[in-house]
Amino acid sequence: MVDLRTEIAGVRLRNPTMLASGFLDETGGSMARVYEAGAGAVVTKSIGPKPREGYPNPTIVELDAGLLNAVGLPNPGIVEYEHEVKRAKKAGAVIIGSVFGKDADEYAGVATKMASYGVQAIELNLSCPHAKGLGTEIAEDEAAVRDFTRAVKDAVSLPVFPKLSPNVQDIASFAVAAEEGGADGIVAINTVKAMAIVPELKMPFLANKFGGLSGPAIRPIGVRAVYDICEKVHIPVVGVGGIGSGRDALEYIMAGACAVQVGTAIIPKGLAVFDEIVKEMGSLLEEAGFASVSEAIGVAHA
Amino acid sequence: MPKFEVVPILELVRETPTTMTYRFRGDFGGQPGQFLMVWIPRYDELPMAISYLGAVKGITVHDYGDATHAFATFSAGDRIGVRGPYGNAFRLEGEKVLAVGGGSGMASMIAAIEALAQQGARVVTAVGAKTAAELLFVERANSAGEVHIATDDGSRGFAGFAPALAEKLVDREKFDQILTCGPERMMKAVVDFAKKRDIPVQASVERYMKCGIGICDACSLDDQLVCLDGPIFTAEQLAQFEEFGNFRRDKSGRRVPA
Repeated sequence: MVDLRTEIAGVRLRNPTMLASGFLDETGGSMARVYEAGAGAVVTKSIGPKPREGYPNPTIVELDAGLLNAVGLPNPGIVEYEHEVKRAKKAGAVIIGSVFGKDADEYAGVATKMASYGVQAIELNLSCPHAKGLGTEIAEDEAAVRDFTRAVKDAVSLPVFPKLSPNVQDIASFAVAAEEGGADGIVAINTVKAMAIVPELKMPFLANKFGGLSGPAIRPIGVRAVYDICEKVHIPVVGVGGIGSGRDALEYIMAGACAVQVGTAIIPKGLAVFDEIVKEMGSLLEEAGFASVSEAIGVAHA
Repeated sequence: MPKFEVVPILELVRETPTTMTYRFRGDFGGQPGQFLMVWIPRYDELPMAISYLGAVKGITVHDYGDATHAFATFSAGDRIGVRGPYGNAFRLEGEKVLAVGGGSGMASMIAAIEALAQQGARVVTAVGAKTAAELLFVERANSAGEVHIATDDGSRGFAGFAPALAEKLVDREKFDQILTCGPERMMKAVVDFAKKRDIPVQASVERYMKCGIGICDACSLDDQLVCLDGPIFTAEQLAQFEEFGNFRRDKSGRRVPA
């Protein structure tokens, strides 16, 4: 049996799969269900200081190329969210709290409250590609990535994982900035900025006009990003983008990721996707002669 | 079906002062109780019950906000976006079925009422509304079986709520299945009286939705998703839910009183 347990900056996971932020994670009931279905951890919806409705519909559309969304960071606010974290914790879930804000103080304030609810780590959504003034500008400014990471690190005693945007010239330099800010790990990548237009109606599909693309189309972009990041930083990396099978997950692992996040693949495969990925990873690793997933991390760099 | 398509509206039918049916051609299938995500361009995209199955589909919409108000001003030829059908369907079981519909809830049930009648079941429908003018699909339900009417103001039929009328009906005749759709408080009353008599219930539940495909978590009811696991739940499932009849989620995901 291949040992599939993994660890990111001290956060121990029973397997390398996590629920990606933005999927089935606005409520504690759903997060508990995903954990019970087999995910190694769940990342919460990105939570801000106050309740936020997000954009009007349409906010999501399935394209041949993947899933396009601009939901606009809807969330019940950090105060109300305590109830949801507590509910998921009752199920024994390993929870990583995703947070956002408009400035370093807001990030630090929300992260402090999130930490007090008993999550195991903080993910910083520094890269939402479609919410004005909330992450977008930050994602494209290396100094902001460093300073915001530093502000949150100073505020909490948990591991902090900034999630980076692929919509930049050189994502690895942003990872370096995050590491300089004290990040304990990196999550890459967030969605790729994209748009779909409906010819019959002569207008973009999304109410917000543009949004973020996820799904299989962005997997090669994510794998490249993780590979580049791992060449430049010394902290662990979590890979995300288009993972729907054990083979997909191993691409990221061999690029250097120590864990992976899964979101869009839930649409075709349901929550069984976590179990499927883990089982397939196990047999592929076994065939390749690995005794554990940790042995396979970064082997493509040789 | 393709994941998304744009269709011209063929016909608008005014059903009640606040309810309109829109007919359009749709090659996708669909089963009684399922819904579509309907994009009213420039306004909103909303889940809507399929009230007519077949080649020319229909959705029946209660006008309750800005988007549905704008939709009511659309004309034949105007185009809308549709994706679906989504969600589970009513299980068409039972020889003698009671349907209890409140207000626009009839839109979700009428296709099931007709399908049950077609397969030979006796279908008795208790239709409720605030006033006589707001009664929906009385004629269609009547063609499929027997109809009893309740209005809050007593302007037609039984003066009172549909569950009170329905409870009288189950005391008069033995039913082996109850379907219900309407205000949550109404459905809770139906579930309660059915439980006392041990009659299975299927209830179609409504929640605010964004994606319709089981990922955004906006429509969650405890740990179930109304868009994917529902919209139809059994009385046994509903009994497990802390939120049914008590809480719903607003657009930000906050739990608010139902």
